[in-house]
Amino acid sequence: MKNLLKSLIDAFEERTGLLKIMADLAEHPVPPDTGWWYVFGSATLVAFIIQVVTGIALATAYVSSSGNAYDSLQFITTEALMGNLLRGMHYFGASAMVLLVGIHMGQVFLMGCYKYPREFNWVTGVVLLFLTLAMGFTGQLLRWDQNAVWSVVVGAEQAGRTPIIGDMLARFLLAGKTIGGATLSRFFAFHVFFIPAIIFGFIGIHLFLVLHDGISEPPVAGEPVDPATYRQKYEKIINERGVPFWPDAAWRDVVFCVAVVAAIFLLALIFGPPKLDNPPNPSLLARDPAPDWYLLWYFALLALIPHKLTTPVILLAPLTGVIVLLLVPIVSNKGERHPRYRPWAVASVIIIVMMIGTLWVEAEREPWSPDFEARPLPIAVVGTNIGPVVDGAKLFHEKGCEFCHEVSGYGGHRGPSLTWVGDRLTRADLTVRIMNGGYNMPAFAGLLTEDQLGDLVAFLESRRKER
Amino acid sequence: MATETAQSRGEALSPERRVFITKVSLALMGLASLLVAVPIIGFIIGPLVRRFPPRWRPVGSVDSFKIGETVKVDFRDPSPLAWAGVTAETAAWLRRTSEDKFVAFAMNCTHLGCPVRWLQEADLFMCPCHGGVYYPDGRVAGGPPPRPLFRYPVRVHNGQVEIRTSAIPIG
Repeated sequence: MKNLLKSLIDAFEERTGLLKIMADLAEHPVPPDTGWWYVFGSATLVAFIIQVVTGIALATAYVSSSGNAYDSLQFITTEALMGNLLRGMHYFGASAMVLLVGIHMGQVFLMGCYKYPREFNWVTGVVLLFLTLAMGFTGQLLRWDQNAVWSVVVGAEQAGRTPIIGDMLARFLLAGKTIGGATLSRFFAFHVFFIPAIIFGFIGIHLFLVLHDGISEPPVAGEPVDPATYRQKYEKIINERGVPFWPDAAWRDVVFCVAVVAAIFLLALIFGPPKLDNPPNPSLLARDPAPDWYLLWYFALLALIPHKLTTPVILLAPLTGVIVLLLVPIVSNKGERHPRYRPWAVASVIIIVMMIGTLWVEAEREPWSPDFEARPLPIAVVGTNIGPVVDGAKLFHEKGCEFCHEVSGYGGHRGPSLTWVGDRLTRADLTVRIMNGGYNMPAFAGLLTEDQLGDLVAFLESRRKER
Repeated sequence: MATETAQSRGEALSPERRVFITKVSLALMGLASLLVAVPIIGFIIGPLVRRFPPRWRPVGSVDSFKIGETVKVDFRDPSPLAWAGVTAETAAWLRRTSEDKFVAFAMNCTHLGCPVRWLQEADLFMCPCHGGVYYPDGRVAGGPPPRPLFRYPVRVHNGQVEIRTSAIPIG
């Protein structure tokens, strides 16, 4: 039996030569001591493979029709065997891929692995980063609920800010002049065929280049990269101290990748997929659309910039991001690789991480969104139950002031807190502010009667630390 | 082996001919690609050229709207595709300003297109996304919106209020 198997394998190998190619690839020599920092690239690939297989499985039940997708998602989530788990894995797989692509990029940058001769592989990596984000956005839209529909509108409006061709771009995204039957089919084709095909191509180039130029050796402080001598130096390391990739270096990738797969599985099992929102009916208006976490920070940025900068930021920020990242290996393709001698590199990573982190925290709070759920102020906060102050407190809620202004823990955070406004502003100041409005505030001049204004001012005046 | 000539490997072409044949081959492949690409690109940009005639949609009888009130009216997109389902639904804010005058505002905030809400008590439109505020007549009252709410044409026809549906207002 054993002999039969061996002769079959030999016959196959003699005709194809595939086994030798695979063995050579697996055992190609890599620098020693690559360590745990080198696992993130393979982990990103594994996350991508999970996305491909779970995505194909989901596609066997998902209906990519604007009118039916929502029902098919509900079927997958609540009725299909393990559908909930599968949707969860596709979601957490996406999250893992975005996170790992980011970490992989950070590690490659901090260790200077993008320097000569690996500049072009950095470029293919940048392309893969943006393709991954494009998959994230289009994938979120396939969760075809109310949030998705409004996200498409917001996306189209942003595209519409482009000079001259904006209207065309927006209509291209919507697949028409309104959200409708053609919209989802188009995003489905992008998410499932078009973008993945490009990703496959670029992963192919990315991996080919890893083999062509070799895995970078761990950086040593004080040993700068010199394009004139690097290749010989690298050859020397490989020839003298190189170890086979499999299993000497690859076992760490295996351990980490298995941990990633287990994490995706467990998170999906415990938390499940994101809840489906209301049906994708554009006539349902009670919705504040927000992207999934990986783009939430950018959403926060658009909310926080001065209003006049909206169009330039929408148009130029993503473009600047791409250009800066593509310029990295052109600006510095030689010299020190070790982060100890590259303070600016370390500082820029810290700044970017902190910036995105801060925007994330803000996006979770959403202080720029009016709080439509704000409840009327209770008597305990108002401080009395008779007179103009009570009427003013009622108006404070009814006229929408409370949606944007907080008083003693009630209300929104769009505008300044008015908990102690009586200590800050006089009666005259308050009247002027209310009547004239401001940068973000409506002028209430035509919207309040004289009595109402008086009550409102009386209420606000009573907001003092000492009554 | 070292002295192997072009002849011994078969009929090698002359350098000029090789250049010529390379060019012809590339041109032929380009032509084939073009034949495939034209219908694909045409198909994908189809929505940009598809005719989209606006259509008057009834949203209720004149009597059902009170003067001075703003209400949400639902209607269907013009010429929706058969499989659009609920996505063909859309809405507008309709305000009856006088006995025979109506104004219809698009629900999209002019900042980023989010759905604005009408606050009855406050007499304001407010956007949940970034706090854009509009007056009852659609003018910007505060926040990031760069321009007033977009308006749809409205008419009264046989006792029915009708809105002329059109594209999602972009930019």
